[in-house]
Amino acid sequence: MKNRKSMRFIAALGVLAIVVAACGGGGTDFVEGPLGSVTVEAGDPIEIRSLNVISGPNAFLGQPNEVTVPFAVEDFGPIHGHEVNLGTTVDDSCNADGGQAGAQTLVADEQLVGIIGTACSGAAAAAMPLVSNAGLTMISPANTSPSMTSDLEGNVGDNYYEGYFRTAHNDLFQGQAAANFVFNNLSLTKVALIHDGDPYTNGLTTAFENAFVELGGEITIHTATAPGATDLVPLLTEVAATAPELIFMPIFPDPAIALIQQIRTVAGLEETVVMGADGISVENFMNEPNSEGMYFSGPDTQFGTNTNQETGVTGTQLLERYVAEVGSAPSADFWGHAYDATTILLAAIKAVAVVDGDVLHIDRLALREEVAATSGFNGVIGSITCDDFGDCGAAKISIFQHIDIADHVASKANILYTYPEE
Amino acid sequence: MTATANNVRGRRFRFNWVDGFLWFIRIAAVIAIVVGVTGSIQNFMAGEGPTLVAWRDLIISSISTGFLYGLIALGYSMVYGILGFINFAHGEVFMSGTMIGFVAATIMFENGFWSAYPWAALSIVLLTAMATSISIAVLAERIAYRRLRGAPRLIPLITSIGVSFFLQYAFAGLFGVAPASFPEAPGNLGRTVNILGLPLRGVQVVVIGVAIATMISLWYYVTRTKAGRAIRAVAEDKEIAGLMGINVDRTIVTTFAVGGAMAGVAALMWALLYRSVAFYIGFLPGIKAFTAAVLGGIGNLPGAMLGGVTLGLFEGVGPLLVLGGLGIPAVSQLRDAVAFAALILVLVFRPTGLLGERLGSENRA
Repeated sequence: MKNRKSMRFIAALGVLAIVVAACGGGGTDFVEGPLGSVTVEAGDPIEIRSLNVISGPNAFLGQPNEVTVPFAVEDFGPIHGHEVNLGTTVDDSCNADGGQAGAQTLVADEQLVGIIGTACSGAAAAAMPLVSNAGLTMISPANTSPSMTSDLEGNVGDNYYEGYFRTAHNDLFQGQAAANFVFNNLSLTKVALIHDGDPYTNGLTTAFENAFVELGGEITIHTATAPGATDLVPLLTEVAATAPELIFMPIFPDPAIALIQQIRTVAGLEETVVMGADGISVENFMNEPNSEGMYFSGPDTQFGTNTNQETGVTGTQLLERYVAEVGSAPSADFWGHAYDATTILLAAIKAVAVVDGDVLHIDRLALREEVAATSGFNGVIGSITCDDFGDCGAAKISIFQHIDIADHVASKANILYTYPEE
Repeated sequence: MTATANNVRGRRFRFNWVDGFLWFIRIAAVIAIVVGVTGSIQNFMAGEGPTLVAWRDLIISSISTGFLYGLIALGYSMVYGILGFINFAHGEVFMSGTMIGFVAATIMFENGFWSAYPWAALSIVLLTAMATSISIAVLAERIAYRRLRGAPRLIPLITSIGVSFFLQYAFAGLFGVAPASFPEAPGNLGRTVNILGLPLRGVQVVVIGVAIATMISLWYYVTRTKAGRAIRAVAEDKEIAGLMGINVDRTIVTTFAVGGAMAGVAALMWALLYRSVAFYIGFLPGIKAFTAAVLGGIGNLPGAMLGGVTLGLFEGVGPLLVLGGLGIPAVSQLRDAVAFAALILVLVFRPTGLLGERLGSENRA
């Protein structure tokens, strides 16, 4: 507290100094916008933070951010002579309570310029009202819920707030991809949907339903389980009664592990095809013997020679560096998205920062507008362009079939379908 | 006495709104259940909804879940009977058994012992799980509860919630937060066997058989052995039992140990049946088992088992049978709501629980 007060005092002194300097006619004329600005004093770093899930059962979703966001900060280097300080990650626990608490911690820091996060849509939906109100800019590498941005037809989502951007795809896109694959490639027309109440999983099953019904398919049941559920036989009995040909369950490993183990024990579901999404195309779920043969949809991560225009790092290089640092393959799919999100934020800061001798002024509104104007940015994930509602993802969805529980890399390379179709 | 007098006067002179409301709930519940079940039977006759095989499987699976609730509920009921407080950390006593049992099972699974000697392997895991749960239960009593024995009853209750969180996050720290898969049941246990013309999964047979055997031995222990008599005496009145030469401290430790042993048995059964283990899995079964204990009449041991099976059937079959029959779609997501609504209904109809008896002494009211 004392520290903050003294920082405020220093900031006030800084402002005074600027005014004096401006009156003297020697400095740059910096006019603060309606959302305020951040003044970075000589020798001080530029403060950005990561809001991410680092504890609880979904911590594996946040691990890629923990690794590649620091890579991007390091590769990007100083901005106009000021280091970028990432500080300590603020934990959002992948839920609404954690997102709100994390955002409260973040907005209390008046020197904060921007945020990279979150991994989970549920946490972002609760964090954004505070983040937006504080005039901050947040770029998510992994939120996919349509409610965070728009329905891609010009209608704003329930949880959209100004200052929000994401490099992950919108799940309406993934829902369309999954529905096309099931209807056209697998030629199945009766599908049961299971979500777990989270905005990500519910958003994706709803997107699938709309796209699938549009194609002429039938949704036999659209139901939900809950994290922590273990006895899923009653749920599956109800699902079996509707005689689906395929079960689409884009949920998290808890309770997906229990679900996949119990599906085959329920009469009528012995041969039903099962499909999941990027929340469970992860190690501990794919180790489960019953997951063999399942289909998974998710962002295409075969980035190859795509090169980030700010740092010159390619997709292959980034993945190799990741494996070398962590000792294993990424535990979730959005490592490239996190790297690009960070470089977009840093490039925007660099573009809008007003240099005044050794001091930097960063206007909050100008920063938002600069990120929103991102167009044709070459990233690891491809060419990135932001729409009016913060959707910036280089959307490309791929669907693979899990063929070998002992070799996940081979399974993930067994891509049967990509969307948009080429 | 005053309460009774008021009640009588209320009945004589004016309509009692609380009683009226309770009667309204009772009648509404009966109507909903009758209409729902009738609807389900009509659907079934019309060939809609789950098939006969699916209903049968659902009932068997719900009963085996219910027996597990019953096993865990025994621990709640015994501690309540003797100390008069709800040990909310009991769900975590159960969870610790699944976690350590999981470690033992995985080691044997990886070196081939699991499939080569299935019964020996299961016995080892059972002993490991029981030993863990007993140790945790006894340690919690010694470290957290014993000092609070004379304190007002809210204090040990809140302490037990603290113990529960401590255990959860200690295991999260030791084993990580991601759910892990328990090895598949070895040998014949993984297959389906026919018993009296019913195709049962081997695991379900074991769960139901072990639960019944455990219940019978517990009943024998409590009613026929010296230690059991001591437990009942301490439950009746600690001071007088002490005067009669019973070591009260040791008896209370024994009670926690027996409750822990039941939780350890339930831990292995749970892991074999649902095969997903993680640090948070004790919470919901713990709450459900507590519900089962209240449902059966807390402090009553056969009541705990009966409450468990009743709750398992209510929450497993209830949503589909009653709510499905009322035409509500995707009802299985209401499972927990149905479980706790069932608790409220049973208490409205029969406030002491299914096998509830008078409470031992005034200070327990």
